[in-house]
Amino acid sequence: MTPAAPLPRPGPAAASRTGSAAAAARRSMTARAVLATTLGPGGRTVLSTMRSAPPITLRRTGPDRVHLVSTAAGPLGGDDLALDIEVAPGTTLDVRSVASTLVLPGPGPAESLMTVTARVGAGASLRFAPEPAVLAAGCRHRATVRLELAAGARVFWREEFVFGRYGEAPGRCRSRFDATVDGRPLLRQEFTLGDPAVDTSPAVYGDARCAGSTLIAGFPGSPAGDGRERRGAAGICRTGEAVVGDGWAVLPLAGPGILVSALAPDAVVLRRRLERGESEAIPAVASPVA
Amino acid sequence: MGVPAANAALLLLTDSRLPAGGHGHSGGAEAAVSSGVVRDLTTLAAFLRGRLAASGRVAACLAAAACALGTAGPAAAGRPDEDHPAGWAGLDAEADARTASPAQREASRVQGRLLLRTARRIWPSPVLDELARAVPSGAHHPVALGAAAGAAGCAPGEAALAAAYAALTGPATAAVRLLGLDPVAVHRLLADLAPDLERIASAAAAPPDLAAASTWAGLPAHAAPALDLLAERHLRAELRLFVS
Repeated sequence: MTPAAPLPRPGPAAASRTGSAAAAARRSMTARAVLATTLGPGGRTVLSTMRSAPPITLRRTGPDRVHLVSTAAGPLGGDDLALDIEVAPGTTLDVRSVASTLVLPGPGPAESLMTVTARVGAGASLRFAPEPAVLAAGCRHRATVRLELAAGARVFWREEFVFGRYGEAPGRCRSRFDATVDGRPLLRQEFTLGDPAVDTSPAVYGDARCAGSTLIAGFPGSPAGDGRERRGAAGICRTGEAVVGDGWAVLPLAGPGILVSALAPDAVVLRRRLERGESEAIPAVASPVA
Repeated sequence: MGVPAANAALLLLTDSRLPAGGHGHSGGAEAAVSSGVVRDLTTLAAFLRGRLAASGRVAACLAAAACALGTAGPAAAGRPDEDHPAGWAGLDAEADARTASPAQREASRVQGRLLLRTARRIWPSPVLDELARAVPSGAHHPVALGAAAGAAGCAPGEAALAAAYAALTGPATAAVRLLGLDPVAVHRLLADLAPDLERIASAAAAPPDLAAASTWAGLPAHAAPALDLLAERHLRAELRLFVS
């Protein structure tokens, strides 16, 4: 079965139908992985803590780059997974994943939980851009992100949700994202999925099958909040003015940050739209050094 | 003691004839009609249901918190203290963090400012004066509505009901005008949503310490991404009847 919502990289999702059966056989898992940097000699970033916790396995793939590798199917109902990230002042961290995550139902009614907590210090930079989460039929998932930024921290945080595998209705998901800067709220947003009457509303997702957003804060050229000026790809535009395209928008927040928001029929288009908006929000981010 | 009597001020606050400028806003309905995603009663019903579940729910919770803050004593509303460090500016910042779209923030502040100006004349109160002082750029509409409801003697659950209702009536009446729909049929849609309105309002009033900033952080924050796109697109439309 070929997924028609093609994923940027074939991963566990490609083998998902057989994966469901395999996943149902395993016991629920509780895991907490930890990733932390410290500032080394000469201003280098040192990956001082890299504690994997199956099924979340961390692999160092560059001086300050880590890939998340899922070493078991899921998350599936009953799993309680957490990732703690600490980016020390003045350091840089780039977190990616090797494949999309396939969120599956468990043997019982329990939700699957995925909680990511990240603290980014002053002058530190965090890029967190894993592959999408595919919310398979029957899943009951709760995704939580708590992002605490110090004043002057940089962040590029992308999250993408795919509403079910090809041709299937998605399961249920509650996703909550809370970002604060210096203790003040920057962005709080929840995505919920599972009530078709609401999901397909032209006010919520309409006919989209994927939703995603990227929070960008602290980059040179990104805005400092309502009422100031910023320099975008299209020249100088006043903060508070959004840029809108087909299925995507660059939304300057009231606080110091920009949200790129996109809806799309499939994961490939979603990524393209987000990247289009990201390049509009801050040109340097659009072509990251691999 | 029986059930507390319903507060008639709630009717005044939610009446479309309240001179507070609400008629100029369609809550995304005009853009939805222009783009063709809302074109008849069925699509309008779906639009309203989603708007209520996302923006309406968030507005209801913010209004309940504002009502609690305004009625929990002067320490809560004006001078911050240990339990209530943030006051009006803090609650307004929570509304900001839940409104990613600048077009929607602007529409919310414009409506909030007008409502507060009107409410201060109808229900004069030092709490409303303090809100106007604390948020000079104009408080977000749900915050102003909740504060006004409190000044008029309403409870947080009533403020929440008013805010959730306001999230529906603007787009509903705008759609009647834009699409030439049967107004009775549209009101039937609103009546069908009444149980959802009540459920959302009572959930919004449920948290124990609604006047505390620590509670506000965890209040619902449901996003409506399609509405965000519509709101920004609307701002750039050449021909429009409604401000938002």
